[in-house]
Amino acid sequence: MPQVRDILDTMDYGTSPEASDVARAWLAAHGDGFGHFIEGAFTPPGDDTFDVSNPATGETLARVAQGSAADVDAAVAAAARAFPGWSATPGHVRARHLYALARLVQKRERFLAVLETLDNGKPIREARDIDVPLVARHFYHHAGWAELIETEFPGQVPVGVCGQIIPWNFPLLMLAWKIAPALAAGNTVVLKPAEFTPLTALAFAEICREAGLPPGVVNIVCGDGSTGAALVRHPCVAKVAFTGSTEVGRQIREATAGSGKKLSLELGGKSPFVVFADADLDAAVEGVVDAIWFNGGQVCCAGSRILVQEGVAERFYAKLRRRMATLRTGDPLDKSTDVGAIVAPVQLDRIRSLVAAGEAEGGTLFQADTDLPATGCFFPPSLFTDVEPASTVAEVEIFGPVAVAMTFRTLDEAVALGNNTRYGLAASIWSENIDLALDVAARVKAGVVWINATNVFDAAAGFGGFKESGFGREGGREGLEEYLTHPVREVKRASLTGRANGLSALPAGAPAASVALPTIDRTAKLFIGGKQVRPDGGHSTTVFGPRGAPLGQAALGNRKDIRNAVEAAEKAASWGATTGHSRAQVLYYVAENLSARASEFQDRLSLMTGASAEEAALEVEISVRRTFFYAAWADKYDGRVHATRARHVTLAMNESFGVMGLVCPDEAPLLALVSLLMPVLAMGNRAVLVPSPTHPLAATDLYQVLETSDVPPGVVNIVTGERDALAKTLAEHDGVAALWYAGPPDGIAAVERASAGNLKPTWASAHPPRDWFHAREAQGREYLRRATQVKNVWVPYGE
Amino acid sequence: MDDHTASARASLGPERIASAAHPRNLGTPLHPEWFEGVGINLSAAERRAATLGARRSVKKDHQAAWLVKALTCIDLTTLAGDDTPGRVHRLCAKARRPLREDLVAALGLEDRPPTVGAVCVYPTMVRPAVAALRGSGIPVASVATGFPAGLTPLSQRLAEIRYAVDEGAEEIDIVITRAHALLGEWSALYDEVAAMRETCGGAHLKAILGTGDLRTLRNVYKASMVAMQAGADFIKTSTGKEEVNATLPVSLTMVRALRDYCEHTGHRVGFKPAGGLKTAKDALNWLVLMKEELGRPWLEPDLFRIGASSLLADIERQIEHWATGRYSSASHHAMA
Repeated sequence: MPQVRDILDTMDYGTSPEASDVARAWLAAHGDGFGHFIEGAFTPPGDDTFDVSNPATGETLARVAQGSAADVDAAVAAAARAFPGWSATPGHVRARHLYALARLVQKRERFLAVLETLDNGKPIREARDIDVPLVARHFYHHAGWAELIETEFPGQVPVGVCGQIIPWNFPLLMLAWKIAPALAAGNTVVLKPAEFTPLTALAFAEICREAGLPPGVVNIVCGDGSTGAALVRHPCVAKVAFTGSTEVGRQIREATAGSGKKLSLELGGKSPFVVFADADLDAAVEGVVDAIWFNGGQVCCAGSRILVQEGVAERFYAKLRRRMATLRTGDPLDKSTDVGAIVAPVQLDRIRSLVAAGEAEGGTLFQADTDLPATGCFFPPSLFTDVEPASTVAEVEIFGPVAVAMTFRTLDEAVALGNNTRYGLAASIWSENIDLALDVAARVKAGVVWINATNVFDAAAGFGGFKESGFGREGGREGLEEYLTHPVREVKRASLTGRANGLSALPAGAPAASVALPTIDRTAKLFIGGKQVRPDGGHSTTVFGPRGAPLGQAALGNRKDIRNAVEAAEKAASWGATTGHSRAQVLYYVAENLSARASEFQDRLSLMTGASAEEAALEVEISVRRTFFYAAWADKYDGRVHATRARHVTLAMNESFGVMGLVCPDEAPLLALVSLLMPVLAMGNRAVLVPSPTHPLAATDLYQVLETSDVPPGVVNIVTGERDALAKTLAEHDGVAALWYAGPPDGIAAVERASAGNLKPTWASAHPPRDWFHAREAQGREYLRRATQVKNVWVPYGE
Repeated sequence: MDDHTASARASLGPERIASAAHPRNLGTPLHPEWFEGVGINLSAAERRAATLGARRSVKKDHQAAWLVKALTCIDLTTLAGDDTPGRVHRLCAKARRPLREDLVAALGLEDRPPTVGAVCVYPTMVRPAVAALRGSGIPVASVATGFPAGLTPLSQRLAEIRYAVDEGAEEIDIVITRAHALLGEWSALYDEVAAMRETCGGAHLKAILGTGDLRTLRNVYKASMVAMQAGADFIKTSTGKEEVNATLPVSLTMVRALRDYCEHTGHRVGFKPAGGLKTAKDALNWLVLMKEELGRPWLEPDLFRIGASSLLADIERQIEHWATGRYSSASHHAMA
């Protein structure tokens, strides 16, 4: 033991371990093992269990039941039984329950923080000062939403039983992010914590009991991936919320395809951390510390790709390396520890092998010269320089305390490098020039952007990704939308069958009506990049009227036509950059020209669908109105400023996706198309549109309207042909950012499965088919919401 | 920047600024390019400052040692209109024996009982202070240059420095003309501080920036850099008379300026937060700031001072608690 006089010389910090006696007493009391928490009670642990260990020491902390399909079934059944009562509980009463949970979390704050650190290996400072306070904050915030939901979300209802699967990096915080909004909105849940870190969820289960939450509202089933898979596939689960790896997110997308389950995915990232020459470099260095060494870099939104303006790069690296020397890696329970343990040996192995790959590829590795504990899962803070975008370590999410650094020359290059990733979760931008910083914030493809800050969270702001970082938001008003739905109209299932398969490229057998003066043949082509083009395959199919009379031919587009259409749409990016006012002008002009040709469209509809003159006239009239409606919205679908932290502007901006695929139904061939297309255009997206295969001619007539209405080339592209083949190509296309599909159920399943490639959000509903003539179902904010993604930009201010 | 333990071992007593380990700051010509484009982000500085104390915890024997270290860095101060030679005498007695003997024994420091870093008084109180401290090795610091506003004519301010030095002050805490900083007249500020430094002669110059008046961290950084270029041995936050005195974000900005200056020139400059440090916990936070941002050398009184009057009493109470396990009362410790 050093004496005071020795310490006066060394001025070491010494050790400062947080007491773990309370958490250990709790673990000892559960020495027989933990069962699942179902319907307000714990099941016996049973024989099939797994060990949960402390990654800092390797010691076994607890034995936990491995959830079987039967366990999942029991939990889902309990949640389903609780749902009618809980969803009918007045918002104020639900608010009281959530408030009680928030209070109890606060009253058990130290126990929960220590338990989290034991289980996960994160530094006690983080568990104590970040995780647990944010957990309480999340329940408080959503207690408020429970109170307000009836008035703030009129006409919306809870989804039902939610299956929620959370990761091991923020076990209790992710639980709060999942459970609080679900309960506020009136859903019941079955939550599966990560296999490595189930303990705080089990402690939370006890808190639910202590708070008097009705049995079955929250159920917790532990287990590995197979337990999660059973939950995802369970037919009574109406909503799946997942946070975890992109790989598993893809599997979940595929597993739920066609099931009608609502889905939100919060997945991986390789987020850029962009340092401009005019940044406060010392502040940015601390930013890196909080970006990549927070929670040992095991953070989905970690700023793991440092991009530094070339002129200051060496100076910045020098500052960073010096800062790394003062990072303390070791005992997570020590209050002076900066970097704790890696969650498990398998994760440590992954980090090691990726770092080895980085070195093998020529990267220069710098590691802080720190003593690591002799045992346990530890990895030193690491920085790679001399890496390029093509390097493995620059591309792959390492999920460890390893940053890679690259340089850029100009703002444009910074944006290009920042977006040069399949992910789009977060970005951190450092500059003292607000013009520059906001410019980058607007152009970076990420759901969360921090200016001169990083890893700042608050329950009032939405969190979630673009691109392959997933879809859906957690937190704020936008997060609540994930747990609400519109009531379903009961209709007969019979009306759902598709009737659009097997378009023939052969000449039609039936002769055209013989008349004295033949009409001039009209050739409906594809409309791509503002031009009428012949289909790549060189085939056309005959379009028949309701009684089998041939009406004309439509082009049979194929996958190459889709490719060309997407390329044309990608080039038309200026549509999204222009003002809402300008887009409104174009939409008004479309309405004007459509109206001018109303009788022509009316005749066409009658011939194609057999609609009466009145019905057809109404379809055209409503199409005009609907176009007006979205022209009106084009400059009014405002974002929000969330009330998060003091002296922060947290902007929730509604951004267009870019290129969207739209697949139209057979019913109301003009009106349905207009209903899908116009909100998408109003919000600044470009569309690749597949019209009804049986009634394509209203769509091909429409391109003449588009041509005369100043719609810029490439903004709308129309590819006629086999709907489901074209839809699949669109769904698989990595350049298509979102897809709406209105068609038969088997088509929905195929599209959703195919969308797993780049994890584009899809919006498909077959049951019931929308009544396109009714504004309540076929237009409104929901369409705008689905045509945009929310980007939260955090702008702290103060001089 | 981290091997300072040799000089630290030499003595626990007062240590003259600019020891053999690091010679006095010679200053440089005015280099506006070192500070003109600087960006200091307030929110980021606040975040860093807010978590500094939470990221490091010093407990038990280590805490006792760190509090002793803080004590040895205190400029025990009286700067009041009613100061008298008798009041100064009492303060100096406390400076010589800041801790009760039983506490010194409990700390195991009988052979090198700690004293404070300096005693800081007005110029007319220098003479009684020097007399009271004779033989202790504790230097007397004098504020000067029209403290606290600093708006008397330059000739009088320089004359005041000469007076204090002649009276025996070894350190002069000057105040800058805040107007120069607020108006961006950096060469005027440079000339003023350089003239004061020259007037100080062998006495060491501590430049009070009046950070509460400067308002922005950018101003703080720039004024820090100009003062160092003009030859300041220490940069000091505040007079203690401003609305807001030493804060952690301001201190963070100043020590980063100091680090940058050291990188430019190789000269080590000291840092003195003043006003607002009242508790033992405050003292630990500032020591953590110095260790984390600058390193071990800046944890000694030749490079770190705390301008305080009431801080010492809280440190005494905390050390007694460490020694006895009982919470202490102020009446059990001699008044400063």
